Amino acid sequence: MEPLSHAFKERSVWALQDETLQVALNRAKDGFAVKRAKAVDALPEFESLRDRAVAIKDHTLENLDHYLERYAEAVERSGGKVHWASSAEDARRIVVEICRASGARMITKGKSMVGEEVGVNGALEEAGFEVVETDLGEYIIQLAQEPPSHIIVPAVHKTRGQISDLFHQNHQKYGLTRKLSEVPEMVNEARQVLRDKYLAADVGITGANFLIAESGTSVIVTNEGNGDLTCSLPKVHIVTAGIEKVVPTADDASTLLRLLGRSATGQDMTTYTTFTTGPKRSGDTDGPEEYHVVLIDNGRTSMLGDQFREMLRCIRCGACMNHCPVYGAIGGHAYGWVYPGPMGSVLTPLAVGLKEAGNLPNACTLNGHCAEVCPVRIPLPDLLRTLRHREYQLRLGLKPMRWGLAAWLWFTTHPRIYRMGTRVQARMLALLAGRKGRFRRMPLAGSWFRGGRDLPAPQGETFMAVWQRRQRGKGG
Amino acid sequence: MNAPGTESSGSGAGGGPRVGLFVTCLANIYRPNVGLAAVALLERAGCTVEVPMTQTCCGQPSYNNGDLKGAAKTARQTIEAFENFDYVVVPSGSCGGMLRDFPRLFASEPGWQQRARAMADRTYELISFLTDIRGMTSVDAAYPHRVTYHDSCHGLRALGIKEQPRRLLGTVRGLELAELADSEICCGFGGTFCVKYPEISGRMVSDKATAINATEAEVLLGGDLGCLLNIAGRLGREGGRVRVYHVAEVLAGMADVPGLGDPRQPKGGS
Repeated sequence: MEPLSHAFKERSVWALQDETLQVALNRAKDGFAVKRAKAVDALPEFESLRDRAVAIKDHTLENLDHYLERYAEAVERSGGKVHWASSAEDARRIVVEICRASGARMITKGKSMVGEEVGVNGALEEAGFEVVETDLGEYIIQLAQEPPSHIIVPAVHKTRGQISDLFHQNHQKYGLTRKLSEVPEMVNEARQVLRDKYLAADVGITGANFLIAESGTSVIVTNEGNGDLTCSLPKVHIVTAGIEKVVPTADDASTLLRLLGRSATGQDMTTYTTFTTGPKRSGDTDGPEEYHVVLIDNGRTSMLGDQFREMLRCIRCGACMNHCPVYGAIGGHAYGWVYPGPMGSVLTPLAVGLKEAGNLPNACTLNGHCAEVCPVRIPLPDLLRTLRHREYQLRLGLKPMRWGLAAWLWFTTHPRIYRMGTRVQARMLALLAGRKGRFRRMPLAGSWFRGGRDLPAPQGETFMAVWQRRQRGKGG
Repeated sequence: MNAPGTESSGSGAGGGPRVGLFVTCLANIYRPNVGLAAVALLERAGCTVEVPMTQTCCGQPSYNNGDLKGAAKTARQTIEAFENFDYVVVPSGSCGGMLRDFPRLFASEPGWQQRARAMADRTYELISFLTDIRGMTSVDAAYPHRVTYHDSCHGLRALGIKEQPRRLLGTVRGLELAELADSEICCGFGGTFCVKYPEISGRMVSDKATAINATEAEVLLGGDLGCLLNIAGRLGREGGRVRVYHVAEVLAGMADVPGLGDPRQPKGGS
């Protein structure tokens, strides 16, 4: 997907002014945070589970080559085939080749963020395949021709009315012409349309939440059961997954699963947790004839070797964005690429460059809520600050901000001048504000006021001045 | 007795710890009353308070905008001014958290890192210092108002400050605390964030103001002047009647001056 992160500022302002989007965001607000809090409170060992999860992830990342090889061997043993994709282009090419080789026409997909990351859908459509997303949210945004705005709730930015319009426009061709307004009706209609697609599909493509090295098993979680139908009905199943998804054992996967549902939606477990290992064996009643896994690097190995390794612990639960007040205000599309919110603000600059996405690590108040809820304890604010440091070293930030900071640094490292300067500043501002005690506007400080707020005036004297006078009084 | 260039209150003499007050640049410029309230509370807790005159800013503007060298330069100055005190106390969770973070700035300078760590280990935010270190359980103050409290993010998450101010506020005569919905959600200040992304920041603080108004409190309290300036600015713009004070001003019985952004009393008034 072509990144639009350079336009973050403009896009965030549009988002704030988009009334329909604000309705959708307000409706979603707090829902997941409250559900997560309840689920966490109900599980006394949640904190120790987090520690175990961190240990599992760190150990696996430390030995990633080993576990990837073990995983690949296990997949091959079970009759599947493993493909290694070092870049997004590789991944797209491999997926298209598999689909071509199988003579496919119609492809169903389970929701896959790595699929969005490498742009699988676009490549398949360009190659002439019909691609249908089967996750309801993902299906909605496919109809709307939009990228997801959230990693687990891709259509969270859509209102019921918008979805009703989309279905009305797109389902006419199936003879479904009634305009629907109730959610259950819409879900039923989508189910009806998708059911035919499942049966007609030649290839099913899913992502993976975890890859289990000891058995070559791929795990996906869904709430709609669409994952099961996507991997078992078509004659070819393709799993696309980032290389960081591998864990050593089924036991490790179950530890992480206990955190995933609770952190994401506040569910103890998602409705469906699907384990797939290899193609249909002789004697199996169903399952695909071919089983492919495309293991995607796309920049992950280089993260492994630098300060951002901890980011590879991410299990894509979305808790960070569910608790991010910036995400809550502007939604996911403003971020301009595949991954929004705090985790996206780390991943996007690493994937598309700081020059493109330099705004993202800055568009954060460092309030720390994301790190507090991250099930694998990724220090997101620290990583964002590290990106700001990198940006500063590359001199990519806004020049006036840089000059202002340099001036402040000089001022504050000359204490005598600081004491005098602040004394003058406090007095002047208090004088200018007069009786009102605050400013409604001020030259050179327009940004503060663009936030729709006044600026309280200082009391008039600096603390240092008051204190010095008080001490002198005592001495005399 | 005093470290060079410092001025001591002297009145807490008698074996109590020597506390260096890092007043913060915002309190110094905007709200000297917060510094005075901090001194009063510390003295009541048996401390001797000194104010090193070479203190300026904690360095967060540099640190959080990627200029780690600049932040280290400010940090060295702060360490030199404060390392000889028994404790360093800061009436801000954000700046206090920054001082605690100083060791990270000196990863390649072991000497300075050691000094930074030694100081960081003795650095506290004001209210948590009073309760957790000095064992203060009550204050002698009256404030017959309905108040609400905003938990500033850095104090809350980096330093674990949540119950401490509430415990002390509970002993203020006449004070009624109405809890704020979403009190743990950021107000949108975020240091330079508020001027880099004013529209987003504005939305966040307007949500905060809505929550504050819903409590029907007369007064909003908090422990960080950055957040309080932002919130007071928004409440003022909306023309509401909620007044804003730093929690230390109320605990010290010194909230008898106009709140942040309030009209000034005419000369001669009390």
